[in-house]
Amino acid sequence: MSEETFTSAAFYRFLEEHKLMACRCRACGTLHLPPRPICTNCHGEEIEWIETSGQGTLRAFTTIHVAPTAMMEAGHGRDNPYCVGIVQLTEGPSISAQIVGVDATRPEDIAIGQPVQVVFIERGEGEEQHTYLAFRYGGASQAEG
Amino acid sequence: MQTRKLGRGVAIVGAGMSKFGAFPEKSSRDLFVEAFSAMRNSVDKSLDPDGIEALYVGNFSSELFEGQGHIAPIIADWAGLTPCPATRVEGACASGGVALRQGIIAIASGLYDVVLVGGVEKMTDLPIECVTDTLAAAGDVLYEIPAGFTFPGFYAAMATAYMARYGAAPEALMHVGIKNHENGALNDKAHFNARIADIMARKKARAEEKGQPIPDWADEMAFLHDDQANPVIAWPLRLFDCSPVSDGAAAVLLVAEEHARSFTDDPIYVIGSGQASDRALHDRADLTTIGAARLASRQAYDMAGIAPADVRLAEVHDCFTIAEIIASEDLGFFPSGQGYKAAEEGATARDGPRPINTSGGLKAKGHPVGASGVAQVVEIWKQMRGSAGARQVAGDVNLALTHNVGATGQTCVVHIYERR
Repeated sequence: MSEETFTSAAFYRFLEEHKLMACRCRACGTLHLPPRPICTNCHGEEIEWIETSGQGTLRAFTTIHVAPTAMMEAGHGRDNPYCVGIVQLTEGPSISAQIVGVDATRPEDIAIGQPVQVVFIERGEGEEQHTYLAFRYGGASQAEG
Repeated sequence: MQTRKLGRGVAIVGAGMSKFGAFPEKSSRDLFVEAFSAMRNSVDKSLDPDGIEALYVGNFSSELFEGQGHIAPIIADWAGLTPCPATRVEGACASGGVALRQGIIAIASGLYDVVLVGGVEKMTDLPIECVTDTLAAAGDVLYEIPAGFTFPGFYAAMATAYMARYGAAPEALMHVGIKNHENGALNDKAHFNARIADIMARKKARAEEKGQPIPDWADEMAFLHDDQANPVIAWPLRLFDCSPVSDGAAAVLLVAEEHARSFTDDPIYVIGSGQASDRALHDRADLTTIGAARLASRQAYDMAGIAPADVRLAEVHDCFTIAEIIASEDLGFFPSGQGYKAAEEGATARDGPRPINTSGGLKAKGHPVGASGVAQVVEIWKQMRGSAGARQVAGDVNLALTHNVGATGQTCVVHIYERR
């Protein structure tokens, strides 16, 4: 599907195109997300890209009130917490991502096991603008501004 | 899994630590010298520093915290040990435990007879958001950190997974904090040398002094539920669920078993050692356990030839309160999903059947990350030799364990100790 090598740079280039790409070992079929060049199951190095469905379920989450500087620059902090979680895709692998479509001031209302759908968040300006992976809680798909 | 044995026996013949806390005027080397002196004074017979053949020192990130790289030879120099080989060991918050294991391996291999193991971290010079960023460097900076995870965030995510599976409530976590502060109040080296009740009384007195309304918390639980006094850091973890940002150092002296008696008539023997690694948190099948800790402990139990029930006392890596509960299950002290009940019921209290973190743990004693794994051994040394003072557990502590975790469990080290 692509000649891109299995690096984080390639993963984030796909993300800019609003594609959540995983990779698959041609020898044993194991899926990997994030992509990696050596299969953790069979140690094979014949790997190929696959585009995921972007659908999954929430395995764990938290709402962050003391934010790292990158998230503070995005407007988060004590008065504006955000939700981050671990999502398992329907294809199997899991990934860390921001969770949107929730009220991060009401964590008691967020439930593990709920469906989520991939969305792509743009943060930063000019050359510092990057696309970040996120999932919309409840599963309704739409691009984030 | 093949049972591994040490090539020859290793004994601990001295152990000491600096005071843990925030010390604006002390650098890593000053903190280490304080720990080294305490270790020296703990050796019952005599220690000739010129007899120390190697130094392994655990340190996570002196570059980012202090702008000082290549810290091992400096530490050795300030302790008066130049030109002994000095090696820095890094395993995030398990740096100290991994340094200890390297020291043990160096002696067991026959290369050295006398090895100094240290750990040091100087964290409080940086503003808190920079500390958050520096600690985040122990996560996966390509995939976990861009998602917005922080270290409290990782453990909070494990907590939500644990709570959802086993029905635990945030109150279970609070019991761990209360217990560890009770112990820390009896440890004059602790960063927080105070019970939570003492902290409440202090806050009330300060409010009264300033002429502000005096808070009327009914008890410690009410205080811990107060969003102002105990704010959420990463839900469900609040301030008092998190170990503090601390400065500190610790040092232990290891010798080949056959030389132990020339240093002391009461050595502590290292009889089990295990270490394992793991992937990023999201790449694990089960978020309610730390797999590398289970593997490391199995290796250590097999080497020692003992079972979890034999362990009289343990110092475990409670960087966050949930981590102590998970550790108590990973080490086999309680079945999966029962650790939080044990914490609620007081089973892990100093006078309970399975004392955990009698030192106050990382929570109250403090968590200068590279030092923590070595400071755990200082507590074991004191408890096993009956010299832990007011916090000494009753009875004969013949078998004890330390459990040191790096990051979210990408590195785990477990050691088992015996007093004969």
